Amino acid sequence: MDLATFGVQLLNALQYGMVLFLVASGLTLVFGILGVINLAHGAFYMLGAYLAYGIAAATGSFWLALIGGVAIAFVVGLLLENVFIKRLYGRDHLAQVLLSFGLILVLDEVRQLLFGKDVHSVAPPQGFGGTIQLTDNLSYSVYRLAICVFCLAMAAAIFYVIQRTKIGMIVRAGAENREMTRALGISFDTVNRYVFAVGIAMAALGGIVVSPVSTVFPGMGDSMLILSFVVVVLGGIGSITGAAIGALLIGLTDTFGKVFFPSVSSILIYVLMAAVLLWRPNGILGRREV
Amino acid sequence: MTNISIRIWLVPLALLAIAIALPFVVPKYYVQFASKALLLGMLAMALNLVVGYGGLVSLCHGAFFGIGGYALAMVTPKYDPVSLWWSFPFAVALAGFAALIIGALALRTRGVYFIMVTLAFGEMLFFLFHDNQFAGGSDGAYINNKPEIAIAGRVLLDLDKPLAFYFVVLACLVATIALLTMLVRSPFGHALAAARDNERRARSLGFPIFRLRLIAFVISGAIAGVAGYFSAAQFGFIAPQTLGWHVSATVLVMVLIGGLRSVVGPLVGALVLLGLEEVLKASTEYWKLAEGLIVIAIVLFLPNGVRHLLTAALGERKDESPQDVKAVAKVEHA
Repeated sequence: MDLATFGVQLLNALQYGMVLFLVASGLTLVFGILGVINLAHGAFYMLGAYLAYGIAAATGSFWLALIGGVAIAFVVGLLLENVFIKRLYGRDHLAQVLLSFGLILVLDEVRQLLFGKDVHSVAPPQGFGGTIQLTDNLSYSVYRLAICVFCLAMAAAIFYVIQRTKIGMIVRAGAENREMTRALGISFDTVNRYVFAVGIAMAALGGIVVSPVSTVFPGMGDSMLILSFVVVVLGGIGSITGAAIGALLIGLTDTFGKVFFPSVSSILIYVLMAAVLLWRPNGILGRREV
Repeated sequence: MTNISIRIWLVPLALLAIAIALPFVVPKYYVQFASKALLLGMLAMALNLVVGYGGLVSLCHGAFFGIGGYALAMVTPKYDPVSLWWSFPFAVALAGFAALIIGALALRTRGVYFIMVTLAFGEMLFFLFHDNQFAGGSDGAYINNKPEIAIAGRVLLDLDKPLAFYFVVLACLVATIALLTMLVRSPFGHALAAARDNERRARSLGFPIFRLRLIAFVISGAIAGVAGYFSAAQFGFIAPQTLGWHVSATVLVMVLIGGLRSVVGPLVGALVLLGLEEVLKASTEYWKLAEGLIVIAIVLFLPNGVRHLLTAALGERKDESPQDVKAVAKVEHA
């Protein structure tokens, strides 16, 4: 493999890892703050992509789809928290798993009603459709580069909010010790609602930004959910930095696994997960007890 | 035999008599449906050993179920049946072996990590069978001939007949119930439940918790393999989707419906859920939407399964089961 091909693969790995980070950090945030394991997270990734397709097809604008899709997901997140999720606080994991499984069945059917089950593709936004010539016979899609830049900016924004703002402080304190934070007078009712809605919106955002480079199909949420779980297991629950490390590791493993070991590439990330479990059962940056 | 012990045996024996009489009174379709339901009930009971008694929410039992089926598919020749005498132990051992490997890794984690790790490993097995051609890939594998139960060339039971198949399944089910009941009442079962209720205390009492849980996980996976073996034999087909986590989650719903604190509860849950699906499929195109809403409603309003509906309808039962007493004792203790 020459340097240019290697560079292209590295960019692919980065782009894949960054999208994964966007979705998985939403999942880890929701678990860290709310203590709720949300299996329906992947379904919102899928819905985001279908919303992007639907809105872009109706209005012809990808930017409208981006804003509209995220806004819809956010509002749906607020509603779902209010109606269902808040009844799960303090319930056991089994109840959380099954309620979110029920939500998946409902959301799948909603997608079926609104968009059908066809496979779709979305055109990249205007000005991002071209490619950049790297060498004589290698080029790279402008939109994929834009995804990298956008996701890096999102990651920076997430880190800023979590590490530097009061909201982030509450979020971190809640992830560290929920009881103590509550005892100090932080009401989690509102925090919970917005964290859940933001988490859902991040999943949908992930689905929207990848819709122009990957096909939009009903099963995309399931595979993303599993990958997000692997990211969280690798990085440690509730840790945004851990999610970033896990997502990049998976991006690299998957992309270069397909290049070097194509026959076993689909199970390579699970081998990676098994290795991390043997080494650090609570994730690379995980604390000892959950 | 005292009066009480007769009463305890009366209900199961009556139910068994009904189960034996059933195929003689209902049409053939329902005999096949009953076999399918009993097999899923067996899977749900196996899962409940881990979930209800072990306190470990596993999301990869669909994979063990599927491995049992794939094992049969891979050893069945194209034109001849395979002997049940060796293919059955092989399938069960393969499912148990998968449970041993996955359990040994997943049990290093707790709580929500355990859920995510089992889910991920289950999906790994799904991809293994989906992406590779050794067992038909994404198209699945066909089992053209049902396994043969024969001694010295003489066929004892023809599994192609729905009636014979039903009774073999029923016998396996009764054996499973007996095995699980024995297990949960044994010192092993009590230690497993102790680790569920208070891991730290059980550990300080000297119980080898990891080993206890791993044994429970392997037994549970092996029983799931039994159910998968017969399920694949029944339909003559196994698809990679069988290993997927939607199957695992659906079986968890059955466990929740039936109640976590009893051996046969999940079987009831399986019958209720499958019956419900039949009714919904027949009455509405959007049965998954209805099913999802029902699952949500059950989680929110019936956290202890349908048994609570019965209690609510018939009033409080006078004789509390030993588990309930223990639960009360635990609350008082805390």
